[in-house]
Amino acid sequence: MKLSSRHLLGLDGMPAKDIELILETATSFKEILNRPIKKVPTLQGKTIVNLFFENSTRTRISFELAERRLSADVVNFSAAGSSVSKGETLKDTARNIEAMKIDMVVIRHNVAGTPNFLTQVVKSNVINAGDGIHEHPTQALLDMYTLKEQFGKLENVRVCIVGDIAHSRVALSNIYGLTTMGAEVSVCGPATLIPRGIEKLGVKVFYRLDDVISKVDALNVLRIQLERQAGGMFPTLREYHRFFGVTKERLSRVDHPITIMHPGPINRDVELSADVADGPHSVILEQVLNGVAVRMATLYLLSATE
Amino acid sequence: MSDIILFQSGSLMDPQSHIDFVTDILVKDGRIETIKPSISSKKEYQVIDLKGKAICPGFMDMHVHLREPGFEHKETIETGTLSAAFGGFTAVCCMPNTNPAIDDESIALFVQSQGKKANGGIVDVYPIGAVTKKRDGKELAPIAELVQAGAVGLSDDGAPVSDAEVMRRALEYAGMFDVPVIQHCEEPSLSKHGVMNEGLVSTSLGLPGIPSVAEEVMIARDLMLTQYTKGRYHVAHVSTAGSVELIRAAKKEKSQVTCEVTPHHFTLVDEVVRSFNTNTKMNPPLRTQGDVDAIKGGLRDGTIDVIATDHAPHSLDEKEVDYIQAPFGIVGLETAIGLAMTELVHTGILSFAQLIEKFSVNPRRIVGKPVAIEEGQEANFTFIDPNAEWKVDVASFKSKSKNSPFDGRILKGRPIGIMNHGHVLLY
Ligand SMILES: [Zn+2]
Repeated sequence: MKLSSRHLLGLDGMPAKDIELILETATSFKEILNRPIKKVPTLQGKTIVNLFFENSTRTRISFELAERRLSADVVNFSAAGSSVSKGETLKDTARNIEAMKIDMVVIRHNVAGTPNFLTQVVKSNVINAGDGIHEHPTQALLDMYTLKEQFGKLENVRVCIVGDIAHSRVALSNIYGLTTMGAEVSVCGPATLIPRGIEKLGVKVFYRLDDVISKVDALNVLRIQLERQAGGMFPTLREYHRFFGVTKERLSRVDHPITIMHPGPINRDVELSADVADGPHSVILEQVLNGVAVRMATLYLLSATE
Repeated sequence: MSDIILFQSGSLMDPQSHIDFVTDILVKDGRIETIKPSISSKKEYQVIDLKGKAICPGFMDMHVHLREPGFEHKETIETGTLSAAFGGFTAVCCMPNTNPAIDDESIALFVQSQGKKANGGIVDVYPIGAVTKKRDGKELAPIAELVQAGAVGLSDDGAPVSDAEVMRRALEYAGMFDVPVIQHCEEPSLSKHGVMNEGLVSTSLGLPGIPSVAEEVMIARDLMLTQYTKGRYHVAHVSTAGSVELIRAAKKEKSQVTCEVTPHHFTLVDEVVRSFNTNTKMNPPLRTQGDVDAIKGGLRDGTIDVIATDHAPHSLDEKEVDYIQAPFGIVGLETAIGLAMTELVHTGILSFAQLIEKFSVNPRRIVGKPVAIEEGQEANFTFIDPNAEWKVDVASFKSKSKNSPFDGRILKGRPIGIMNHGHVLLY
């Protein structure tokens, strides 16, 4: 079994069988992660560069761990203090790095479409580790993996993504992946943070958390960026917390348990109250472990494509 | 070469005099001497066979960016007018967003003198003066001096005149000289950092959007100011269905409003941005199929007067970056007629005569530079082969820049040459 593309740019348009293959493969890698010796020789001799133009300690560490557990040689490149900040173009940077005989590039960039651009200028496999507010496919895959672990399937599982949908690559990748797999997806947030046309992607839109909460099996709660308040997207954090914050009190009004996910890092008591984040239905730490397994699966499967 | 040229068997098309017949035309020293079927040839004549080809009054592109002075690595007046000549245009109006801007008579005169020197002066270069000093939207530029120095319209194009009071005064002041204020309609507080049309596609791609209302609120405001001041107002590059509707309504009220559309806005929709190809990035952005349909309706019923390219050259290095960093704009001079023929004439949306109105009669009327194909008039022609099929190849462009989203596209109908100021150019 092979993936149908040699790059992972996003989940938009990715066939269900590819998603299934990654999630299944991740299961075997998760078993490895639970063994005393967590390293396999799968990618021995391969060199992977982590090209991070935007700071993200969590995602970079997760990728790096996945790469090392597969015995790949790892090069880390971060934009701060590099020639990129001195005006070198992305194209030049990428070509220079590839001249050093790299097999795979993991790229994080603050502009949508840069991984797509990269595939036109380099020959390596390209993995999108987050591009602007476009896609973050491995995050969505690990979210889907976590949901599948919880519910045994994705089909007809009811998931609501809560928060700043308009500026979230996590939301978009989850919407693409989950709808492909037959889940029932909704989004909830202030109208100013719901992007135009989102309903055409096959999701229901809610503006009140209390309206949607009784109708879902899981909430994927997004981090609210504090600068959105300054940008005039919502009036105050207090008001946001009151109307869109996921709290124990709010959850207690629903008669069934709701799985709580969050891509991290959490603003405690803003989008998520501390007792919910640490509560019995939170799978947030499980997501972190699953992230390594899903990334191992992705790297392994992409290395097998031509 | 002889000074007497005999054009044989061309289809003469001039909607101003409702001419549409196959004829010969004798041109002597750049003037039209005789128009009649079968003029007998003499041996000193230069004979040009135009069988199956159309002879039209010279086309004008009233919205181009020639980049000189200041951005000569993108285009110069020499390369820009050559691009115009090979695109079938005998005249261009160049926008003032140069460096320095055309906000002063010396720059207006410089641009015209460069135009006269370029390619033997076969393409007339008419400057558009800035509305405000340095195009910063604050104080009126010396409009009277600019007009006296040859400016045929006023615009801060690239940026809007966003202050309502400044726009009001510009319409009043320019109205004294009967020149249009050409507005790039974009309410900046709404368009912000947008790089493409706001809608399903921008949401799907995670690219910041420019909503259609950013254009429409400014048109609505300006139309009210135009009505109030009795000025002359021309909307540059209309891109939305709402804009077409607003202008249609204003024309019913006999407002002095005209407008233009670019070939890319009636040909492409925002779906093409999914490629992240930076040659799909322009301002205003490509909109939706509904907008394209409304624009075609506006062209057909006369709401949209003019087709103009917004020819905006950028170098390869400038465009070969990420989508947000890439500059707005595409070149358009060498694909305009082919696209219009293919998308509008061969699809039955416009008659060939209407096409000539949009490319020649109307823009020339708006800027006060009319030409007519009549005996005694200067010969100012665009020659078109309406049925030639050809493939766009950016490598063959005369423009210094190749930033076109149409590379490789098959078109039907193309210009085959021009004549102006006694010079004939057949490609
Ligand atoms: Zn403009």
